[in-house]
Amino acid sequence: MTLPKALAALVLLLIAAAPFMPIGGTRQYVLHVLVQIFIWSFIAGAWSLMGRFGLVSLGHGAFLGVGAYTATLLWNAFGLTPWLGSIGAVTGAMAVALVVGYPCYLLRVVGHYFALVTLAVGEVVRLLIIAGRTWTGGSLGLTLRPAPPGASLVAVQFADRRVFYYAAIVVWLGGLYLWRRLDRSMARSALEAIGEDETAAASMGIDVTKFKLGVTALSAGLTALGGVLYAQYITYVSPETLSGIGVSLRIVFAAVLGGMYTLLGPTVGTALTIALSEYLRVTFGIRLIGMAETIYGLALILFIIFLPAGLYGGISARVRRRAAAGRPAFPRPSTQESVE
Amino acid sequence: MSMLQLRNITAGYGQFTALWDVTLRVAAGEMVAIVGPNGAGKTTVMRVISGLVVPRAGDLTFDGRPLAGRPAHEIVARGIAHVPEGRRIFPALTAVENLKMGAFLPSARRLFRESLARVYALFPALAERRHQRAGSLSGGEQQMLAIGRALMSRPRLILLDEPSMGLAPVVVLRLFDLIQRVRREGYTILIVEQNVRQVLRLADRAYLLEAGRLKMEGRSDDLSEQEFVRKAYVGL
Amino acid sequence: MMDPVFLAEAALNGLLLAGVLALLALGLNLIFGVLDIVWIAYVDLVTVCMYAVYFLVTAYGWPLWMAGLGAVGVGVALGVAVHLLIISPILGSPPVNQLLATGGLLFFIQSFLTFLWTTDHRAIRLNLPIIQIGGVFVPFARLLAFSIALIAMSGLYLFLTRTYMGTAIRAVSQDREAMRLMGADPQRVYVVTSAAGGAMAGVAAALLIIQYPVHPYFGAAFGPLTFMICVLGGLGNMVGAFVASFILSEIISFGGVAISTEMGYVVAFMVFIVLMFARPGGLLTRRE
Repeated sequence: MTLPKALAALVLLLIAAAPFMPIGGTRQYVLHVLVQIFIWSFIAGAWSLMGRFGLVSLGHGAFLGVGAYTATLLWNAFGLTPWLGSIGAVTGAMAVALVVGYPCYLLRVVGHYFALVTLAVGEVVRLLIIAGRTWTGGSLGLTLRPAPPGASLVAVQFADRRVFYYAAIVVWLGGLYLWRRLDRSMARSALEAIGEDETAAASMGIDVTKFKLGVTALSAGLTALGGVLYAQYITYVSPETLSGIGVSLRIVFAAVLGGMYTLLGPTVGTALTIALSEYLRVTFGIRLIGMAETIYGLALILFIIFLPAGLYGGISARVRRRAAAGRPAFPRPSTQESVE
Repeated sequence: MSMLQLRNITAGYGQFTALWDVTLRVAAGEMVAIVGPNGAGKTTVMRVISGLVVPRAGDLTFDGRPLAGRPAHEIVARGIAHVPEGRRIFPALTAVENLKMGAFLPSARRLFRESLARVYALFPALAERRHQRAGSLSGGEQQMLAIGRALMSRPRLILLDEPSMGLAPVVVLRLFDLIQRVRREGYTILIVEQNVRQVLRLADRAYLLEAGRLKMEGRSDDLSEQEFVRKAYVGL
Repeated sequence: MMDPVFLAEAALNGLLLAGVLALLALGLNLIFGVLDIVWIAYVDLVTVCMYAVYFLVTAYGWPLWMAGLGAVGVGVALGVAVHLLIISPILGSPPVNQLLATGGLLFFIQSFLTFLWTTDHRAIRLNLPIIQIGGVFVPFARLLAFSIALIAMSGLYLFLTRTYMGTAIRAVSQDREAMRLMGADPQRVYVVTSAAGGAMAGVAAALLIIQYPVHPYFGAAFGPLTFMICVLGGLGNMVGAFVASFILSEIISFGGVAISTEMGYVVAFMVFIVLMFARPGGLLTRRE
């Protein structure tokens, strides 16, 4: 076993053992933060599937919203188990992604214009949720109908946080697996050519539109799944926490801050932003309302200015460079450099 | 004394080095040509002089004062106007607005009316089309506009990068006439051209650049006599 | 069947809203065109300027017109500060980073305003009449805002077409590098552009505060709409901005009357998406 593999195994073991660690009264809170980190890491990873190809979406809140509300409404109105509901949720989000993505890629709506189109999609979903207040509860949100006695598995609602903790880890690992599969499905150069130069990619025999659509649908579907999981965990959905620019921006922040070109970048970024915002929230509590978010915003600006390559991306590129300088082995091509 | 002097200039983009150890000079009143195949680094020489590319090594003086490392906008103010490759006019501005931008420097603004009259006298077609969007002008007119725009800054040295690019052969002939007229007005010119035969007929001296290195230099007529220059570039 | 007077009122309200929105979109458009950056927090700068007007009037007793000018000053200062402190250090970064930096600013402004002045809605009460034109009631404040918006836009137009700096701003949006060769210091052009964008935010703030109460999340209501008008209008296109703004605000106005405010916005955003596919370079773009 190589050293990195051993390290990875150790980290996984620690993660798996976390719920049983003797950390006293704060255990529930720590678990709660960890569940959120894993769910949102999964979502940020899903975002970065698109982001790394230059498809900067500001509308992932749309997919979250479609996902969470579809599953929730199916459960609340028809008692359909979220196990099946999530299929509907993923399908719905993918459909939205394809309907918007296809003309975008066909007509080469790129860069800022793509970002703004996705922003509009996010707003449309958020406003539709608010407008459909008869079913969705509007901006007040909607609580999941509690599970009937003995049916918590059907309802996917569990009193014990640890269940969600492990579920979140499984989903997160699944996300990493898919990320990696996609990363290795083609020559790296071909992947990057799509992000940088479509004509070049097309000349390499890649059906750019089809590929982008596939990536978009996958990203949207996974995001929706993350939304369902989050809704099941919190047992409450609202347009502001699931759709809207704020949520979409937070996802992008996590992915970019961590580094969207690396496997663990989005996870590191999510852990950092969630830990930061939790820390600030606990520090300021309800004494200085707004202060926590003020510092959070300021910190984000500073991170972007001083860590342009992303936290994990920047550090790992540096480590790799040092390692490559140390021994004469073939250095792994740094994905980071190609984006500069 | 040379007006412009490049000594041992090395420059490039990122990892790529486009120029190696290039030394070149232009004396006041001269017209000097840089010729060479595609990718020889001719445009990079121009970009180094106008400050768009910062050289890695070597020095660069204009009127005996160092230029290297100065930002492009300061270099224009020193009296060097660069007519870039591909003309780079502002397509959505009118012709006269383009000329106005040529006179953006405070020193040039004061002389705007007078400069404009001179440019219109040189290029009457521009006067006719002054209120047309520059993007709607013909290729030849756009090139005139790009040169006229450069003249508006009241330069002493004009850098012309591939002025004939993309123009029909007839238009190219007229363009070279116009360049000749500009030259008679007393401007010093450094020109990069693919049209080697034409440009060697006009220029006093020329440099041959290949793969980023100076291959040869000399009086234009001497250079065009060289057997391999004729074969490779003049096409005789 | 709806009352025609009711419809006329909706149409007029849409038109009057369009004026202020177009002004905002043009301010954003300037920055977008010249720096190629979307200031996600642009409308939140407007919110800050609205607070400036509010406090200058209520706490310091300034007359409204003077407070409006004060807001323009605040807007200019904010525009320049955002450029120098946030944008300038990351001009070479990937576009997503630039977008996110102003996204961080959005969080910062919204929360800092909450911290300072809570989420209370604050309005300036004016005793302006409601005018009746052929049975249609129009608040004078809206009419005033519309007229001033038109004047401000004309001012911007004159600046962009009649001055060297204004023309340079348009030129830079077409070819950044070529403008350096004209002797323009890019940083100076950027600062002036950001200041002009900030000034438009200030004017818009003064015009909005006489119609709507301000609160820290005011920008969230107008932000996305402003971006969309900005893009639909096409870069640096005054008429385009106005037409785009007119179309979207009429949709919102009629949608609001016919169904609900949210559905009005939904339809407007969907129209935006479709128009983006149909005319990606802006509504009135001439094809080169």
